[in-house]
Amino acid sequence: MNTKLTFAAALLAATMLSGAASAKTLVYCSEGSPEGFDPALYTAGTTFDASSKPVYNRLVQFEPGTTNVVPGLAESWEVSDDGLEYTFHLREDVNFHTTDFYTPTRTFNADDVLFSFERQLSEDHPYNAYVEGASWEYFNAMSMPDLLKSIEKVDDMTVKFVLTRPEAPFIANMAMDFASILSKEYADQLSESGSESDLNQKPVGTGPFQFVAYQPDAVIRYQAHPDYWDGKEPIDDLVFAITTDASVRQQKLLAGECHVMPYPNPADIESLKSNDQLTVMQQEGLNVGYLAYNTQQEPFDKVEVRKALNMAINKEAILDAVFQGAGQIAKNPIPPTMWSYNEEIEDDPYDPEAAKQMLEEAGVTDLSMKVWAMPVQRPYNPNARRMAELIQEDFSQIGVDVEIVSYEWGEYLERSKAVDRDGAVLLGWTGDNGDPDNFLAVLLGCDAVGGANRAQWCNEEFNNLVQEAKTLSSQEERADLYEQAQVVFKREAPWATIAHSVVFMPMLKEVTGYKMDPLGGHSFEGVDIAE
Amino acid sequence: MFRFLFSRLALLIPTFIGVSIVAFSFIRLLPGDPIMLLAGERGMTEERYQQLQSTMGFDRPLVVQYFNYLLDLLQGDFGTSIVTKRPVLQEFFTLFPATLELSFCAIVLAVVIGVPVGMLAAVRRGSWLDQTIMGSALVGYSMPIFWWGLLLIILFSGVLGWTPVSGRISLLYYFPPVTGFMLIDSLLSGQDGAFKSAASHLILPTVVLATIPLAVIARQTRSAMLEVLGEDYVRTARAKGLPPRRVIGLHALRNALIPVITTIGLQVGVLLAGAILTETIFSWPGIGKWMVDSVFKRDYAVVQGGLLLIAGIIMIVNLIVDVLYGLVNPRIRH
Repeated sequence: MNTKLTFAAALLAATMLSGAASAKTLVYCSEGSPEGFDPALYTAGTTFDASSKPVYNRLVQFEPGTTNVVPGLAESWEVSDDGLEYTFHLREDVNFHTTDFYTPTRTFNADDVLFSFERQLSEDHPYNAYVEGASWEYFNAMSMPDLLKSIEKVDDMTVKFVLTRPEAPFIANMAMDFASILSKEYADQLSESGSESDLNQKPVGTGPFQFVAYQPDAVIRYQAHPDYWDGKEPIDDLVFAITTDASVRQQKLLAGECHVMPYPNPADIESLKSNDQLTVMQQEGLNVGYLAYNTQQEPFDKVEVRKALNMAINKEAILDAVFQGAGQIAKNPIPPTMWSYNEEIEDDPYDPEAAKQMLEEAGVTDLSMKVWAMPVQRPYNPNARRMAELIQEDFSQIGVDVEIVSYEWGEYLERSKAVDRDGAVLLGWTGDNGDPDNFLAVLLGCDAVGGANRAQWCNEEFNNLVQEAKTLSSQEERADLYEQAQVVFKREAPWATIAHSVVFMPMLKEVTGYKMDPLGGHSFEGVDIAE
Repeated sequence: MFRFLFSRLALLIPTFIGVSIVAFSFIRLLPGDPIMLLAGERGMTEERYQQLQSTMGFDRPLVVQYFNYLLDLLQGDFGTSIVTKRPVLQEFFTLFPATLELSFCAIVLAVVIGVPVGMLAAVRRGSWLDQTIMGSALVGYSMPIFWWGLLLIILFSGVLGWTPVSGRISLLYYFPPVTGFMLIDSLLSGQDGAFKSAASHLILPTVVLATIPLAVIARQTRSAMLEVLGEDYVRTARAKGLPPRRVIGLHALRNALIPVITTIGLQVGVLLAGAILTETIFSWPGIGKWMVDSVFKRDYAVVQGGLLLIAGIIMIVNLIVDVLYGLVNPRIRH
């Protein structure tokens, strides 16, 4: 084994050293270490970037650069009229990776699909607890155990998922990282040799890149999958140089030690943009930062009061001070890169005078309230304390006295769920699957009151629209309902929508074909280096 | 000498138990629940929360949890990381050689420069040289490591292009780790230029990590030396007409070294603390960064296991220092 490994290593080094002409290597200065390589075990984007994106495919995938769902390992699929049965027709002749540690004897088939899901679904499955503490967090968070009635192998190349209720976002869930397809044959082989945990440390998939080696906290190496079903990648080797500090990543990029870096410091973006060695791509993140009133408490149960407060917030000032330009004002509860985003909606104007008057008309005087500030940094809110202070200042202009409160993060999340919570909460959300349901139903639906619905807002009209959209399979019809739901949201103002972050990706000019992922992932499929 | 060693070793046991209690309770005293943090904004149902609590054993009384932990420890099981699901011991030993290599180079640099410079300052007491050395030492001691590291990177890697920005070796070289020490592994690999690349990657992090210990050692050597130089036996040695080099190098230095060795031993703790920042700046895959990340994620198993292992190492180093001390100063042995 060891000699084999050394030989492979020498071979790889030799190809890498023999010059750019024969082997193209792209170095990505990633921001952190993956927790492991089995994406279904984890929820962090950094882990997905290193596992599901390069190594695996899913039955359906997100079209690069969009949130549209397109065929992946399933060439096509049908939905039964009652919306309960999804039948996937699998792609033929898809090869798994051949590596130093594994040689497949067959191509991809229905057994692999069943293996990938059943291990998450069934507690009796031999791979359900193959690492200590395996909890299949995303599978559970997307309510898959309740939703899946059964998964059936119709024939070698056809799989049917039967649901317990119609759920249109199911198809988007199938494109998520936890739904990555692993090799059953590889898992069986590992079971035989008693080294099951290698499934999480030496991944084998069907994806565009195959895993070569990982040195914890330092380097991950991949090479292009020579028999990839969608054609071999233009680059030969992909290397993740793990560099946690943003300033150091930037220095490495400038020194040519890497080609692409994520998450630059907002303060450095202008200087990066003016550097003619670099291209700086940008896109709105799939997230929203908001201030949620408690709509079940006086006087915030009155729409006029919530509207008046919304009109008192100077969002431009927040964008400058908190986001340092890396943000965009939010008018809707979903981000602009998401389908069904309602462009027509007009944001509440910033008008403290009118706001003051509205409060007086509503009979509210001497209002004092709490504003909760998160103790952590998030893309949708890089500095909640500062944001709370700015809101405090804005509200004082209309005679509202604000006390800022904060708790440790776990406590904050827990306490802010309470229906009788005192005060308005700063929080946000990053989308999981690009489906509007993942924002509108999860954060504002009646079922989520006392949970993720921090506004404790249950509006029948809104809820009906969102629930109905879940039962339709046509994206067009669903989009229509979601657009109407956004109108109701804006009229009722359970939140002050504050901002969506803007994500920047600096890279060397010679990198071509990189597409920014609205879901926040980093994928190097189709990326090339110009000579 | 054996009795001395034995009494020192016996002391390790209560210390180790004490540390295990502190490590166990410290992370649990911090507010925050690892399961809620794992779920984040997404949250989870009460039922699922209870289920995870019982899988991870957090639903049992703290005393029971502690004794289970202690039992596992006695069997060499340091637990499994809640975040990565990998055994703590395995993670520790993958990352530790990197920290050890860096810390070793840093302490060697600090001693090799710190001791002679401190001596020089003592001998030339009050001169401009003394003032310059002590002034620089004060600056070095007060230097914020993060800022200092970034400054060196921008100057030497960015502007001058003399050293690489970060990492342990150029990405061109790839060989499976044998010892985990990059300088040794690069030599073993037999690849052209690998050793040079590994060495050049070590320069800046070593300088940054050595800065504070170097300042402390230089100051300590100077003051110890000054004290010894005023002693009667030094005056006697001088009066005998011994050459100054022999007086300082043999008679004075040997006695001045006793407190310096203690200081060097204590610097090991400082080095591990400094490693946290140095490793973060230079993307150095060691245990410093690993520990900090775990505290933020309330990864109980990693924090308590890591603390225990680090404390164990510091205790062993201190034991070695005590033994060395005994060799230099025979009075301690009895």
